[in-house]
Amino acid sequence: MQKAINVKGLHVSYYGKEVLKNVSFSFETGSLIGILGPNGAGKSTLMKAVLGLIPYDGGQITIGDSSLKEMRKRIAYVPQRSNIDWDFPIIVRDTVLLGTYPKLGLFHRPKKADKEWALECLEQVGMAAFANSQIGELSGGQQQRVFLARALAQNAEYFFLDEPFVGIDVGSEEVIINKLRELQKNGKTIFVVHHDLSKVEDYFDDLILVNKELYGAGPVQHVFQMENMERAYGMSFAMAGGLGGGV
Amino acid sequence: MDFIQDLFDYEFMRRAFITSVVVGIICGIIGSFIVLRGMALMGDAIAHAVLPGVAISYMIGINYFYGAAVVGILSALGIGVINQNSRVKSDASIGIVFSAAFALGIVLITIAKSATDLTQILFGNVLAVRPSDMWLTIVIGVIVLVAVFLFYKELLVSSFDETMAAAYGLKTRMIHYGIMVLLTLVTVASLRTVGVILVVSMLITPASTAYLLTNRLSTMIGLAAFFGALSSVIGLYISNMSDLPSGPIIAMATTGIFILAFLFAPKQGVVWRKLRVNKHRASLGN
Repeated sequence: MQKAINVKGLHVSYYGKEVLKNVSFSFETGSLIGILGPNGAGKSTLMKAVLGLIPYDGGQITIGDSSLKEMRKRIAYVPQRSNIDWDFPIIVRDTVLLGTYPKLGLFHRPKKADKEWALECLEQVGMAAFANSQIGELSGGQQQRVFLARALAQNAEYFFLDEPFVGIDVGSEEVIINKLRELQKNGKTIFVVHHDLSKVEDYFDDLILVNKELYGAGPVQHVFQMENMERAYGMSFAMAGGLGGGV
Repeated sequence: MDFIQDLFDYEFMRRAFITSVVVGIICGIIGSFIVLRGMALMGDAIAHAVLPGVAISYMIGINYFYGAAVVGILSALGIGVINQNSRVKSDASIGIVFSAAFALGIVLITIAKSATDLTQILFGNVLAVRPSDMWLTIVIGVIVLVAVFLFYKELLVSSFDETMAAAYGLKTRMIHYGIMVLLTLVTVASLRTVGVILVVSMLITPASTAYLLTNRLSTMIGLAAFFGALSSVIGLYISNMSDLPSGPIIAMATTGIFILAFLFAPKQGVVWRKLRVNKHRASLGN
């Protein structure tokens, strides 16, 4: 079977400073992959490079069996919450409706069916009651659920979520992880930039451990090992409390 | 009502009226995107930067529009170049380019012609609108309306979540420069009515007023256009009555409407917010 995502020898730099060095990994379709690493390790950069949002100096990226350009419309991206202007004049249902835009293309407006689909996606994350609220009126967890609904509305094959669990309530976290598992069961491939070491083993099957260089990519039980973590995190690993769960 | 009588009686009054209403509408529309994208300073910069274009057009005897449009777009590109190719931050790049262009413009205009023209360009004189200016404004108005109508979806998603827009393949940089071109056109169209220094008040104040009143982009654009047009008419009326320059009067009208919304907007108004807080505190028995 064709690997869903192949990254070979990826190099990324900002203003001549290397941010990612020779990163390679590949994962099958239907994987739920956590991208792990300390602050400033280049996790978001890695995601953005794979999505073609920032230029890279060297390496090869293939998604599915085609080039990124052809795949774009089948990729859903959920940005970090801090990157959004929550005062923007947009209500919840219209935010989810944005998910239908990629397939509509230029000059086509969302039709009734698109609007119904958006509401359905909103229901799937338990946010239908807030359809007419301005997005800034929601709690952090609710906002994250709305953005997941927008990704669902895209009907994508690949999902990229940047720090979806930061600063949200337990209920929302549960809704989101359950939804991601369900997507995975349906053969979708999901990448999640993640922070909280204590939940890594519960949430992900596969892991990419990165800190400028790659420190491991593959099944969680292989990558999420003391020695890998210490090498990737260095001194800060001990301060972060080790591998959660008292390992 | 002398004002309405004048509109019927004088051709130049009708031209001034039509032009200023169109300018108010398109400034409100483009201004909404400028405000939401955090480009207010950019709007001010382009307005100042078109000045040398006006002067050069004057010297070589073509309509000021062409020179102003070219220089405006060049400035927008120049700001982008400095910003992306050095560590100089965006607000500083904007400041460098627009003050340089504005200074050059004032020198050129002073060399080219008398100081009266400079005052008109700086502060506007809506009663001096020529038929060609009016038609130009109408053509720009149509371009702006058509562009925003056709690309509304793309403007919305790229203003709200640029990364998502880029991730699904929208050319977000093209959209940015498209907005800069529209901004330049709108600025040039506004020169006669508000003048370069105060164009920014037409761009950002009605849009900010609308921003306080609604949670939907489409409504915000509609309200901004309405407030822009209303300010223009008020400006024209008072300017006609009192012989004051139209630009400052229009700017003061936009500000007056903004202050009303700032104080009394149903959800965002500071007066109601204060009252709600007091009521809540009283109910807690403090």
